[in-house]
Parts: sequence; C-alpha cells; structure tokens
Amino acid sequence: MSASDRDAPGVAAPRPSMRLPEAGLALAGAAALVLAAWAVPWLKFVLTIALAKGVAVLGILLLLRAGQVSFGHSMFLAVGAYTVAFLAPAVPEALLLLPLGALLGGLLGLVIGLFIVRYRDIFFSMLNLALSMVLYSLLEKLYDLTKGTDGIRVSALTFAGAVPDRETQEWVMFGLALALALGFGLLVRAYLASPMGRALAGIKTRETRLEFMGVSARRVLLFAYVFSAVMGGAAGTLVAMTTRHVTPQLAYWTSSGELVFIAILGGAGSALGPFLGATAFELVRVYAAAAVADAWQMILGGVLLLVILFAPGGLWGMLTSRLRGRA
Amino acid sequence: MGQWFAENGLLIGLALLDGLAYAALVFMVAVGLNMVFGVLRIVNVAHGSLFAIGAYAAASIGLFLASLGLPPIAGFAALLLAAALVGGILGPLIERLVLRRIYGQEEVLQLLVTFALFMILEDVQKLIWGVQPIFQDAPMKALGTVDVPFGEDVIPFTAYQLFVLPGVALATLAGLAWFLRRTLTGRVIVAVTTDKEAAMAMGIDAAKVTLLTFTFGAALAALGGALASPTTSLVPGIGAQTIVLSFAVVATAGLGQIEGAAISALMIGLGRSIAVYLAPEFEVVVPYLIMVAVLLIRPQGLFGRLETRRV
Repeated sequence: MSASDRDAPGVAAPRPSMRLPEAGLALAGAAALVLAAWAVPWLKFVLTIALAKGVAVLGILLLLRAGQVSFGHSMFLAVGAYTVAFLAPAVPEALLLLPLGALLGGLLGLVIGLFIVRYRDIFFSMLNLALSMVLYSLLEKLYDLTKGTDGIRVSALTFAGAVPDRETQEWVMFGLALALALGFGLLVRAYLASPMGRALAGIKTRETRLEFMGVSARRVLLFAYVFSAVMGGAAGTLVAMTTRHVTPQLAYWTSSGELVFIAILGGAGSALGPFLGATAFELVRVYAAAAVADAWQMILGGVLLLVILFAPGGLWGMLTSRLRGRA
Repeated sequence: MGQWFAENGLLIGLALLDGLAYAALVFMVAVGLNMVFGVLRIVNVAHGSLFAIGAYAAASIGLFLASLGLPPIAGFAALLLAAALVGGILGPLIERLVLRRIYGQEEVLQLLVTFALFMILEDVQKLIWGVQPIFQDAPMKALGTVDVPFGEDVIPFTAYQLFVLPGVALATLAGLAWFLRRTLTGRVIVAVTTDKEAAMAMGIDAAKVTLLTFTFGAALAALGGALASPTTSLVPGIGAQTIVLSFAVVATAGLGQIEGAAISALMIGLGRSIAVYLAPEFEVVVPYLIMVAVLLIRPQGLFGRLETRRV
C-alpha cells in the first residue's frame, strides 16, 4: 500500500461523528474476537471468515461514500481466492500469495474501473453485476481449468516457509485476518479523511460541484474503486486459505449482495462498521443455519429488512447513539 | 462458408427457434421489471423470485388438475391461474407492507430491501416446493410438435415454444402499448412515470397507481415463470438466474423502454441460443457481454433517453 497514506491516522478527522474513540473501540473489538476465538475454538473459523469479509466490505463502504453500490464486488474476492487456488501448488507460500491476490484484484479493478467510473447509480450497480456474472460463468464453465462448480481444493500452504500443524495454522490465519482488518481499517480511515476521500462524498451529493472545483470525479471514483478491489482481492485470498476450497459461487451476484448487506448491517458511518456487520452476519448465519437449516436465508433477509426499516444507521449507528446517550 | 452452412445450417435454424422462444420468456419478465422501475423508481431484485414462484405454482396447479383427471390442455388454465394468484397475492403484499415504506429513500437501501425480499422468497420457495427438481410439461406435450421447414431440411419443434411463447409475448407487447397509450389507467401510469409530483398535483392517486403497477409487474413475472415451467425442470436458483438476465435486458434496452425491451430481449435471447450451439462454454456470458458492449457505446441503453445530470 502507498506509504504516503500512513502518516494520516494520528490526525483525527475533525468530524463530529469521529469524536468517539474509534481506535479504542477497534482494539477492544479485536481483543473480544481473540478472546472468543480462544474460548470457543470452532468460532475461530467463523471469525476469520468474518474478518476477511469485513475487509472486502471496507471496499463497499468506500463506494457507498460516493453513493454508488457495487452489486458485483465479490468478483474481486473470487479473483483473490482463485489466485490462491491456482498458484498454491506452484507457490505454496501464503505470505506471497496474499499480496499477489490483492494485486491481481487491484489490476482487474483498474481495468474495469477505467470504464465503469463513467456510470452512476443503477447503471454502476448493474454493470458491476454483469461483469461479476461474466466471471462467475467463466469459472463455472471452463471446467478443465477450474473444475466448474465442484471447485478447487487449495493445496497445502507454507507460512514464511514453515508448515504449521492444523491448530497453529488456524491461529495464523485468524491472526493474519485480524492484522489485515486493522491495517486496512486504518488505511481506509486515513483515506476517507484525506482530500481524495472527502471528494467521494462530493460525488454523492453534487458531482458538478466537484468538477467546478477542478476535481475529476472519475479519478476520485477510480481511486476508490481500485482500492476497494485490492481489499476484495486480499479478502479473497484469506477466504481461500481459510476454507481451503474455492467455488464459482464466490463470484455469484448473491455473494456480492451479501457484502452490501453486511455494509448496511454494520453501518457505513465508520471503518469499524464492516467488521461489526460481518461478525454479526456470520454468527447469525451459523446459528440460523444450525437452528433452521432450510430457512437461514429467510432469517438473514428478515434481519436485513428490520435493520433498513428501523435502524438505518446499522449496528454502528445503534452503538454510537447508545454511547452518545450515555456520555 | 457454403459447406460450413450446410453442416451447421440445421443448428443455426434450431438456435434461431430456441432463441425466439427464450427471448419471449425473458421479455415477459423484463417488461414487468421495467414497468415497476418506471413508476416506483426501484429496481426490484425480488422480481426473479416472483418468476420462480410463478413457475412452481403453475407446475403444482397443473399437476393437481391432472390428478383430478382433467385433460392436459387444462394445464393452460394452470399457467394463467398461477400468474394471477402469485401476482394478486404477493404483489400487493410486498408493495403495501415493505416497498411503501422506502419510497424516496436512498437507492442503495431500496436495492437492498428488495434483496432482502429476494432472500426471504427464495427460502419460502424452498420450504414449499423443496429442492428436488419438479417437472410438469403437460401443456407443452398437449400441443405436440411442428415440422418447421428450414432450407431443404425440416426441424421438429414444439408448437408450444414456436407459437404459444412468442404469441403471448407479442400479445403482451401489443396489449401493453395499447393499454399505456390509449386507456385512461394506462395514461395515468405513464403520467406518474414521467413526473410523479405533477401527476399528483393533478389529482392522480399515486399510491393507487403504484400498487396497481407493482401488482401488474409481479403478475407479468409470474406469468413468465408459468410459461417457462413446461419447458424446463424447476430447481432452486432459477429466480436468481432470471433476475440478472432481465436486468441485462432492461439495461441494454434503456430503462423505461417497452418496445426496446422486446428488441433487446430478442438480441439477448438469440445471442444466447446461438452461443448454446456454437460455443456452449460461453452461453451464459453472452447476455452480459451484449449488455456491456451496448452500455460502452450508449451509456443510457439502446433506446434510453439521456437524462441530464442534476446540477
């Protein structure tokens, strides 16, 4: 990632919504996750996936700031995941595959972004959807390469040259996901506070004003799009390394819908929202699937409806209004 | 070329016929989606679920009628009944209980609300009809096949796909064009589509128009599903598949275009079925490639009018 973004996190953004000790909350949240993963071993897997998805949802959050919703964003996740699946036999090093997946995600994001930033609103959503469906179809149909819907099993990985046992590897993956979540969370926060990030909100409200100020709206959106694709790719590598199995389903439009779902569930107000949302989403999914195997989607859909109709700020919004109320 | 055509001519002919039937189905779904968007300004992701539920309902009603000992031709009654039931029950239910609460809100939220509805309806459908494939082709069988002359050859093709599907689609197209342009209710709908506030200022009950349009759109989706049901076995996931296809059709045509939707449904239907025969790997990709190609050249869609960006 660009080092120039690094100097910003210390500078607290002077926005009223940023008054809350986000950093403290993030650390507390991270500690709670570690504790949960330690106390309930099987949760480690669920939480790793939740953190990975949270990283991808950070990307959705960037685009939401510009008022754009990508209904095809899981294609970048799929690129990261398939990068791991394809290359693991040749290059089993996880610490190499991770940045590579992020890079390839970013490259695809750049290629697509170059033309997709010309579109807004429903066309932006639908073009993303269409392109992700193209990727899905190719992954599904090119059986010789991808084994179709059966998917590919990810072969054994090394971590910095070492081959950890299963228990250790689970912890390593969890740690990697947590580190990436914190790292990308900081980056996103810094980015959103920077002029480039602020300009995103300008696209949402009045794009023409940006142009009058000499700011290219397309360039602003392109940067956010590529950044979000990089995070999608990184998240995809984490998912592939954790589940050890990749299928075209990763790129299907419903998976993208889930990412947007998580963004709204968590709340788009803060870089913490995606992780709050992803953790809640994955936990509800796991418990709902265990309780009513045939109706977990219905439960998730119901939760989503309730959140949108009655808590438009998402979980983060509920949390902050609570905290403010107390203060 | 001549020799290639002699070898593949039959395939091309079959692809054309297939594509026509397929386009007819896609058009039915897309036109409903388009009308709903026109009036509600919401892209209804759950539209595909209405298609799926219409298909399942038609199969169930058809099987029930058959078990009563009615002739297979009664299957046609099942198709219409299914469309009317699904549209008439689910349409008002969804519009009144859910969509009404989110008019005028952010597009993202509207899109997600219908996505939530989609998730719920997918499971409703699985709970009612299970995950095993359901097959009920009595209406198609009842009409038999027709030999279509193609050059020196003949292609046997089901009369259902050759006449019924395109026929219903054409009737829908003509009926809609007449309804929207010549009847009072139709003109009221067009008025609300063009300028809701002005229409309301002139005394039009926009809430009623919205309810009516959504119900009608839902019934069209269900009718599309019902019509599709004899031609394919019903499995979970057809709703998700259908909605993205009809998105592609609507976006290619341009939002709010009805005749345009027919033409782009034809393009996409034919394109897909030609790919089925010539390059089966890319069958599913073709509709999206057509859409992306069209939007690259004409961002507002083939027939869409350019909306000036708000300043």
